[in-house]
Amino acid sequence: MGGAMLSLGFYVPSAGKEATIVKTTEAEGFGVELNAWIHIDTSGKVTIFSHRAEMGQGVYQAIPQIIAEELEVNLDEVNIVFAKGDNKKYGNQVTGGSSSVRTTYKNLLKLSATAREMLMEAAANRWKVSRAECYAESGHVFHKPSKRKYHYGELVLDASKLQAPEQVTLKKRSEYKLIGKPLRRQDTRMKTNGTAIFGLDKEIPGMLYAVVERNPRLRGVVKSVDDTDALKVPGVKRVVKVRMGVFSTYREGVAVVADSAWQAMQGRKALRVTWDDTGFEHQNTEQIFRRQADELKNNEGLSFKTQGDVNAILNGASDKIDVVYQTPYQQHACMEPLNCVAHWQGDKVEIWGPIQAPDWVQDYISKEMNLPRENVIVNMTFLGGGFGRKAFMDYPHEAVVISKVIGAPVQVVWTREDDMTQGPYRPGISYRCEGVVTNGEISAFKVKMAGQNNDHWRGGPKDKPNRSTSEGLLKPYFDSIKNLSIQDIPFETPIPTMWWRSVYASTNGFAYESFLDELAVAAGKDPLEFRRSYLKDERAQKLIDRMQEVSGWKKRKKGDGFGVAITECFNSTVGQVVKVSKQPSGGVKIDRVWAVMDCGWYVNPDTIKAQVEGSIVMALGAATMHEIRFEDGLTVQKNFYAYPMPRIYDIPPIEVYIMENDADAGGVGEPGLPAFAPALTNAIFDLTGKRIRKLPFDLNTVSS
Amino acid sequence: MLMATVSCKINGKDQTLEVDPQMPLLWAIRDVARLKGTKYGCGVAQCGACVLHLNGEAVRSCVTRVTRAEGQKVVTIEGLSENNDHPLQVAWQEIDVPQCGYCHSGQIMSAAVLLRENPNPTDQDIDRAMGGNICRCGTYPRIRKAIHRAAEMLRSGGKRNGTDL
Repeated sequence: MGGAMLSLGFYVPSAGKEATIVKTTEAEGFGVELNAWIHIDTSGKVTIFSHRAEMGQGVYQAIPQIIAEELEVNLDEVNIVFAKGDNKKYGNQVTGGSSSVRTTYKNLLKLSATAREMLMEAAANRWKVSRAECYAESGHVFHKPSKRKYHYGELVLDASKLQAPEQVTLKKRSEYKLIGKPLRRQDTRMKTNGTAIFGLDKEIPGMLYAVVERNPRLRGVVKSVDDTDALKVPGVKRVVKVRMGVFSTYREGVAVVADSAWQAMQGRKALRVTWDDTGFEHQNTEQIFRRQADELKNNEGLSFKTQGDVNAILNGASDKIDVVYQTPYQQHACMEPLNCVAHWQGDKVEIWGPIQAPDWVQDYISKEMNLPRENVIVNMTFLGGGFGRKAFMDYPHEAVVISKVIGAPVQVVWTREDDMTQGPYRPGISYRCEGVVTNGEISAFKVKMAGQNNDHWRGGPKDKPNRSTSEGLLKPYFDSIKNLSIQDIPFETPIPTMWWRSVYASTNGFAYESFLDELAVAAGKDPLEFRRSYLKDERAQKLIDRMQEVSGWKKRKKGDGFGVAITECFNSTVGQVVKVSKQPSGGVKIDRVWAVMDCGWYVNPDTIKAQVEGSIVMALGAATMHEIRFEDGLTVQKNFYAYPMPRIYDIPPIEVYIMENDADAGGVGEPGLPAFAPALTNAIFDLTGKRIRKLPFDLNTVSS
Repeated sequence: MLMATVSCKINGKDQTLEVDPQMPLLWAIRDVARLKGTKYGCGVAQCGACVLHLNGEAVRSCVTRVTRAEGQKVVTIEGLSENNDHPLQVAWQEIDVPQCGYCHSGQIMSAAVLLRENPNPTDQDIDRAMGGNICRCGTYPRIRKAIHRAAEMLRSGGKRNGTDL
């Protein structure tokens, strides 16, 4: 990035403070660390460094769409480049929690407007006219009275010598030309002709390929390796032992390095490895859920939230509801299996891959390999799916270790079986829900959760409840339910767990929203109006109005097969209505899904619709088709034949609606997921009277 | 193990691949012919990410031996059209079908054979032809819409289906 240009970035002086915008040349002098940069060169080309990963969620479109708006350039003139991992420069780069837009848009708007103001000032100075007589549009500054104009490229040199203004006026939402419009994604064309480069497509000169036989029990160490036959396989170069981090633990494996990925796979088949699997428990799924059931039956948990006196009411009630909901372990099953390229170069290492958290990878590799941070260069490719799995350090770590040992660049390729059997997984969780309804109202509401805490794998405190114990449940319930207790019973297994799209909302949502439905039935109330009476919040009330309007809720009759659920996730609320009907064969068919998203301020409505559609499809799979199970410490499901995915013929019509309001932006990539499963099972209850409390279940046999 | 020489036409160009005869066509296309548009997803013909055309038929290249391509015509996503303008590619772009995009080479290649054989597919036809292609991002509603849109373009005299290069 040499040569004359206007180059701006922002930094956030301290938590909670507003961002300050400075020129990148000044930043060095100040010793400050900039987030997200904009460069404009003398040809007028705008380059933005996206510090976040593109895994399908559309950040590659959303960030340029925000910047082009205030910068006044055409969207197709903005070139987006994935920034390298560097949290000293870009701040948090972990692409998770549906956070990319909601945590940066205000600063990006201000940054873009600042650049525009500096370009306008440069033009006004050159014309010796008042700044007020100028306006910016399509990458030019115009002088209104004389109709003269300059291209931004002609102004960058002058602009780069100006001070960045401290205050800029941002457009009103009604003035937006790009934001809020369903503009086509900039990455689509690359994804229709095979030119988008995913991690697995990355090649560097001299690169070898490695596949790794890892301990099938997720822990334990290599006892012995016989590589005699593996080394005879054509193309196989080396067999090396590799130890990679799994959070604070380690996993061992044996890597076969070859000229091609396929040859490495053949070499691996000829390996004979014996494992020392002692020192940790070999899990069975049955046993995990039985332990959870016992905990829920016999023990109280750590209090996440307690108000009123729930236990007194429960103990005194003659007809309390006391039920257990169960959600399974799940795998991310990204279409692109894990892979990573590493090139060890003595005193530094460069990494390329489908990586959700490049800054974490940088920190981790720096620590594990004893290299200075700046000597760990982490490049993000496009990600063929992420869903949380690719925000993890094991696969870059093993690539780095192998490259160091063999002294050559290497790509580690995970097979589908590796990807599915090695974790980390979404934890399987059980919930005991106890409640009392008195005179049509909730008089006691108690939910205990027993399931693994992802934070524990990342060093979180074990004496505190899971910080996501109520994730998914709308906060206004805390104000309207007087006697409420939400608890987390700490639960451990040796199985590594990790975020899975919408994280705990994906499992909590099923428990909370099914339980609320049971309470509504006990109260003899319309389940949506029942929720309305507890959600004393203007946005929630409007969301419910919209749900009723789009789904024809009020026209339905009891038993028609309508179900509803409303969940909150990453500052957005989504309500869903599902309509089901009986099939002649005895199963249940999903006729339609209506989803209403309230994510406040938003960038691209078509991206939001796509994300909600996709979230519903993913939720359909997790609710009705697949789960990960363990037998004797081994993962049973190894490929799609045992972990069936939703197919095109499984998908009901999905209608997505977006609420219009000026609230702060919420997340988009994940919040569409949690409401689907409970809306579906609540619909099945309405149709058949059968209450489903355990996922997954089979739609084909559910009503028989 | 002896290496084999496989001569075939890939995307209209004559090519000779020096490969292990056991190697699946997928890996030969990706790592020997170095066309990365065809994707590895499962290796066992479950997901369709690796679909390409062998003599005009959609095949799962992950379970097709490279030797089957001997003397045959192979078309990958890179060769479906010269300018990314096959009606399916245009429809995919119009409707913004892809999210992560990883499965869409296979999706488009499967759909191309469907449209060649059946220029006016019903929803049921689409279900049958596309049921072998998984999309984890869940773009299925848009895939369906885009196939109908491409069929409409073809019927109204759009670009001819270029799958038999």
